[in-house]
Amino acid sequence: MIAEHVAFGIIAAVMVASALRVVTTRDIVHAALYLVIVLAGVAALFLLVGAEFTGITQVLIYIGAVIVLFLFGIMLTRSDFDQDEEADHRHKLPAVLTALLLLAVMIGALVDRFADVKLDANLPGGRAPQTTAQVSDELFSQYIVPFEAVSVLLLAALIGAIVIARREEGG
Amino acid sequence: MSPAAVVSGLLAVEVPYWASSTIKLGVVALIVPTAALVLGYVFLLKMMSFMQSRLGPMEAGPYGTLQLLADGLKFIQKEDIFPEKADRTVFALAPLVVLISTFLIYVVIPTGPDAVVAQLDVGIFYALAVSSLSVVGILMAGWASANKYALMGGLRAAGQLIAYELPLVLAVMGVVIQAGTLDLQKIVTAQATGEIFGWGGIGNPFILTQFAGFFIFLVAVQAELTQPPFDMPVAESEIVGGYQVEYTGFRFLFFFMGEFGTAFAFAALAVVLFLGGWALPWGDIEHWAFNIVGPVIMLVKVLAVAALIFWFRFTYPRLREDQLQRLAWKVLIPLSLANIVVTGIFKVVL
Repeated sequence: MIAEHVAFGIIAAVMVASALRVVTTRDIVHAALYLVIVLAGVAALFLLVGAEFTGITQVLIYIGAVIVLFLFGIMLTRSDFDQDEEADHRHKLPAVLTALLLLAVMIGALVDRFADVKLDANLPGGRAPQTTAQVSDELFSQYIVPFEAVSVLLLAALIGAIVIARREEGG
Repeated sequence: MSPAAVVSGLLAVEVPYWASSTIKLGVVALIVPTAALVLGYVFLLKMMSFMQSRLGPMEAGPYGTLQLLADGLKFIQKEDIFPEKADRTVFALAPLVVLISTFLIYVVIPTGPDAVVAQLDVGIFYALAVSSLSVVGILMAGWASANKYALMGGLRAAGQLIAYELPLVLAVMGVVIQAGTLDLQKIVTAQATGEIFGWGGIGNPFILTQFAGFFIFLVAVQAELTQPPFDMPVAESEIVGGYQVEYTGFRFLFFFMGEFGTAFAFAALAVVLFLGGWALPWGDIEHWAFNIVGPVIMLVKVLAVAALIFWFRFTYPRLREDQLQRLAWKVLIPLSLANIVVTGIFKVVL
């Protein structure tokens, strides 16, 4: 357990430091790259608690696709390394307030749900490694309704994105 | 002592965790440059030369075998040059990100019943996920070079790699459905112990049933490696090398090793998924001897698949950007989805 606590401490420290750099750096490409470190840290934390499938999905989706799209968009629309002064200051106060509110909500939800939960210390590393088969079994039986709802939501977002892009094309 | 006793004696030695981890790391660290050397020499230098009726390098070592080693030494001696306006940190890190992505793929490729660095429950999924990390490195290189050709190359690469990652993953799905597991080791076992309508003479290599998947996988791999005919991101005649244009010395060497190391890794994945991996369908595949014979069998198969990949590379002319995107979105992705549906139906019916 000690080794895992140390690992958690290191990963968490790196994540917090990088997350701060995401919002303090003035170079938007650097911000995206710091975000890569934060998301890799999240994946590492998932692996640390034995959620292999979730951790690797995190890498594939967030680093392999979302960040790449971020970088792609930034590089298509901007042409030099100029430090963007406008990226700062303007909406600082509302942004800080929103972030604090979100933090409060998440802490509240997590404490409310998990404050009394104890991990089973008899299993190796204090928990059972979660296999892909278990994840899919639960996803397609117990959580089938939320799963389908999310699918429909994603489809709606996808169609919405295409409609907006088409309209801007003037077609 | 009989050889069996020696090996089982060796296997019985308890190696501490840190020692076995260090050994495994060392093996992976050695395999990537070796794989790049082998593929570079056999195919890039020799096979291409013979196809073009010339000899290729002949001076360094017998038949020019040491040519790439000499090239590597030359690269290491070169000055480490940064473009004046480059974003130095990002520029320096980009080739490392690409190379690390290559290293990480090797971790899960099995070469024998025990000869694997880490046997993961989600093996193939992990391999595809870490291989997608190289895009970040390529975009970093394209951006940080402060060069318009590099930026264009980076953008072309990102667009291409995203488009072809989908058919790559979807082509693998057919195999996963048939084997019923994501674990690469179990996929090998499923093929070695499988039967074709009750006949187990050659096991059941998935290329027989997943031939469409194999074809899509190879085409997508070709695009993921940004090799001709999918070399728009590095097209020398248009953008003088794309995201690599500002790189020299050992950083360029990293890109080179990344490209050929990844070619080898993808060939190895194709072998594991479609051609039965390290196993032979005869005899007991749990036998200790497979830990020694397995890597050899694997190497032969990998070189065969790599020959196919590089044969495409030297044969076809470059696709235009719109043709390239159309091929991915309108041909390969629908084809692989149809393959998944058909495989799913057969899995349920049979």
